[in-house]
Amino acid sequence: MEKPNMKKPAVKKLWLMVSMALGAAFAQADTLEISIEIPRIDVAEYHRPYVAIWLQQQSNVTNLAVWYDVGMKEGKGQEWLKDMRQWWRRSGRALEFPIDGVTAATRAPGIHTLTFDSADKPLSELPPGDYQLVVEAAREVGGREMVSIPFSWPLSEAQTLEASGETELGRVGLQLKP
Amino acid sequence: MKVKIPTVSALVLAMTLPLAAEAHRGWLLPAATVLSGEEPWVTVDGAISNDIFHTDHAAMRLDGLKVVGPDGEEVEIQNGHTGKYRSTFDLQLTQQGTYRVFSASGGLNARWVTDEGERRFWPGRGETPAPGDFEKKVPKDAKELTVTQSSRRIETFITAGVPTDEVLAPTNQGLELVPVTHPNDLFAEEEATFRLLIDGEAAVGAKVTVLAGGMRYRNSQDAIEVETDDEGAFSVTWPDAGMYWLSASYRDDKATAPATARQGSYVATFEVLPQ
Repeated sequence: MEKPNMKKPAVKKLWLMVSMALGAAFAQADTLEISIEIPRIDVAEYHRPYVAIWLQQQSNVTNLAVWYDVGMKEGKGQEWLKDMRQWWRRSGRALEFPIDGVTAATRAPGIHTLTFDSADKPLSELPPGDYQLVVEAAREVGGREMVSIPFSWPLSEAQTLEASGETELGRVGLQLKP
Repeated sequence: MKVKIPTVSALVLAMTLPLAAEAHRGWLLPAATVLSGEEPWVTVDGAISNDIFHTDHAAMRLDGLKVVGPDGEEVEIQNGHTGKYRSTFDLQLTQQGTYRVFSASGGLNARWVTDEGERRFWPGRGETPAPGDFEKKVPKDAKELTVTQSSRRIETFITAGVPTDEVLAPTNQGLELVPVTHPNDLFAEEEATFRLLIDGEAAVGAKVTVLAGGMRYRNSQDAIEVETDDEGAFSVTWPDAGMYWLSASYRDDKATAPATARQGSYVATFEVLPQ
């Protein structure tokens, strides 16, 4: 899209300003990198867990991800959403499913990483304050477990926080990247 | 905790009540009270038993049973069946919100002593009074005549999605529970508050007993006993998750003629979820 009559030095200067502005914006961006370990469980009948990941400030819930059997016919997979009891109580029961950008299929055992940036929703709309990152997992013919990690928003310093589940969740990591 | 020895008159009264057969306890037990998904189904048992939620005595009859949905309209039960020890039926929760499942009744009953010194009751055991029976069968000049306006309600609550309040409004008849804490939002170690009303007014000093299910597997009743305050309110802190049976009774003499006493019994089943 280069126009032959454009003055090159001006273009360069403009780009320099834009990239400086962008650089500044990026420097201010706060990023949450969340890693969730779904443990491999050696049982005869294994089903991948339903997992809800949210930020909580008192009674305010910001959903980050909900993994459930989204693919089942006629929304049948929603029948077990209530088994993530605390999430269901605090948020899930008031929602319509599926939720764009939040609900997704269940995940296999292993470590799953999610990254959220303050430039995008939902973090761009997150009011400052003290939060809990909460991860709740419930497994068909298995157990239920909830793990939470406190942090403050917006971020002040780079930090790696972690908590660990004992049965349905392995290590949950929260990397704060101001 | 105060232990009161029931008076003879209270025992006699209990014997005349249609469903308060001895220590037997009526209940409705839903398989779940908090449901998700589109139009979920739930199954419910109804029975009268000694041990809470163990079907060991008699089935609850389904003919007096009603279900009201979140919009206040009556909902049909499905697959109703009455067996030896329990009745069972299914509900499809086609609307999101809170449903009330209940069996409620009320009416007059009387006791007196004949000239020969024999105690008499009306209605008799198993008798369903017809209109005009009271006038015909109760001698108004009998000795020690006591006419009681009685009410009885057995119920439970079930919610699909967000708990709603429409169905919780009182009818202002008999002894009723008005939730302050929503009955489908109960969690272990949390305190729940409810109010009891008698004919729409605070039932002050009503006796409330709360029993956890699974009685067959413990050696004591472990009852939680409370009394309602001046507002008719009481609170319960659920010790553990599980199904709970709550029973309340109330009695006073603020009856409308021809009754000289007013009596209410209330039973509800609540599900308490783990933290």
